[in-house]
Amino acid sequence: MTVAVPIIEFEDVHKDFVVHRKAGRLRRERTVVRAVDGLSFAVERGAIVGYIGPNGAGKSTTVKLLTGILVPSAGRVSVAGLIPAKQRITLARRIGAMFGQRVQLWWDLPLIDSFDLLRHIYRIPEERYRQNLTEFRELLELDPFLRTPVRQLSLGQRIRGEVVAAMLHDPEVVFLDEPTIGLDVVAKQRVREFLTAANRERGVTVMLTTHDLADIERLCSRILILDRGRLVYDGGLEALKARYGGERTLVVDLEESGPALRVTDARVTRVDGPRQWIAFDRERTNAARLAAEVASQAALRDLTVEEPDIEDVVRRIYAERQVGRT
Amino acid sequence: MIAALRADLEIARRGYARYAAYPVATLAGLFTNTLFGFMRGFVLLALFEQRSEIGGYDAAATLTYTWLTQALIATVFIWGWLDLAIRIRSGDIVTDLVRPIHPLRAALANDLGRSAYHAVFRGVPVLLVGALMFDLIAPAGPLEWFAFFVSAALAVVVSFAFRFLYNIPAFWLLDFRGIAVLAMILSSLFSGFVIPIAFFPDWLAAIAHATPFPAMVQIPIDIFVGAVRGPQIAVALAVQAAWAAGLLLLCRVCFALGVRRLVVQGG
Repeated sequence: MTVAVPIIEFEDVHKDFVVHRKAGRLRRERTVVRAVDGLSFAVERGAIVGYIGPNGAGKSTTVKLLTGILVPSAGRVSVAGLIPAKQRITLARRIGAMFGQRVQLWWDLPLIDSFDLLRHIYRIPEERYRQNLTEFRELLELDPFLRTPVRQLSLGQRIRGEVVAAMLHDPEVVFLDEPTIGLDVVAKQRVREFLTAANRERGVTVMLTTHDLADIERLCSRILILDRGRLVYDGGLEALKARYGGERTLVVDLEESGPALRVTDARVTRVDGPRQWIAFDRERTNAARLAAEVASQAALRDLTVEEPDIEDVVRRIYAERQVGRT
Repeated sequence: MIAALRADLEIARRGYARYAAYPVATLAGLFTNTLFGFMRGFVLLALFEQRSEIGGYDAAATLTYTWLTQALIATVFIWGWLDLAIRIRSGDIVTDLVRPIHPLRAALANDLGRSAYHAVFRGVPVLLVGALMFDLIAPAGPLEWFAFFVSAALAVVVSFAFRFLYNIPAFWLLDFRGIAVLAMILSSLFSGFVIPIAFFPDWLAAIAHATPFPAMVQIPIDIFVGAVRGPQIAVALAVQAAWAAGLLLLCRVCFALGVRRLVVQGG
């Protein structure tokens, strides 16, 4: 087996911005803001990588570095074997990008016209374009609004259009900045299924930033967590949960309401009538032992185990880092 | 090469379609341009009650000039265009930069499509109304007609390049409107849009001719009314072509500087 060449490489990348602030009547204060601070990672072909972090963590800056819209202050960026900032237009044919907050489609034109225009701009062979469009139309159910001017589309419809626009030219890698922002549950699910299919069937490498952790849970094989321009986590979801999200919750439904149960190596975090929530650390005890203990104290009707959700996990990472810093 | 031209053509078609999507705006603009054609026509006619000729323009030539400028307002688009500046400020320019086509090229193709629409729907009708109501001059022959169309097309390119250029400071300035307003005032005055440059005192006309502005309005009109004729037409077209090429080159350089600022400093 040969070692796969990574499609995206970041090697000790820094990006500083100089911010001028007024200080006094004429003087201007010059401060350097470090948006990306020594970032290194590599993404192999065919991965779906989630890229998360709070506002100002450097997510958008990273995507701009990857697409060649920003030049790194130091370090090396490589995408599909090219240097993005130097070969932006060459790279543009091989990558797709979608910026959730920006409109890339032509505002006054029907959606299908934007697609057709992209076909010419990217010089997509006619046959390939037809195949892709047919497939994408079906997957994202675009037909009802394909002939509607983009300005009249709902946010959800527009975002679906934007995702297609980023994928029509068979990019090797796509960067999606908040691809599910503002979508309802059904539309979110559709976009996720679309991305999964594109990844599985076409081998497209996907890198997405998101605030929606459900995107991560459903899509990503790997997560990069960024905080203040530094990588604080790089790995799988399960490992992340195991490392930072040790606590699971056992939810029990009792026959009758009663006071909080007393259990060893665990604590009741909430009581709501006959239902109680018991948090436990999987290192110290397990669900079976707890269930037995509960059953010995009260009549048990039903129980479920809740995994830690990733939002908690991320919150915990950030909290840990805040403590570490002060 | 052919694929690239095909892309340009498709972009131009969409530039056309974009304006065709708003027929009411077209109608309103058409109405205004025609109305002002009448007003300006009558004012200038009053002027010619006192004299019979100013700087080679007689009453008929001046009326023709007036209706032509009204027909060229939208076609050449000498007034406000801030599309690029707005895209720079909002950050949408980022999406233009991840496309495999230079934003200047795409914007030019788009503007040519737009001008084709405006020529047909806001140029020709205005000129027709003027020709029906007043005694206008027509170009002397088919060659002059042809030269006029070439000249009008070059005027669109010069105007586009100038508009693109005054949008570029938005890469550095938060308030780009001041520059744009100044640019619009300069272009409407020195292009010969308000009054023919031939009416200017010599020193002012000399200044005007040292700028690209006459290439946007005055030159095509001079060719139409016959103020420029024979071999001079070739010279006039060459002047326009030189301005078009020079300004586009300047746009390219300045845009690259703006993009450099963006990529170094962030958007």
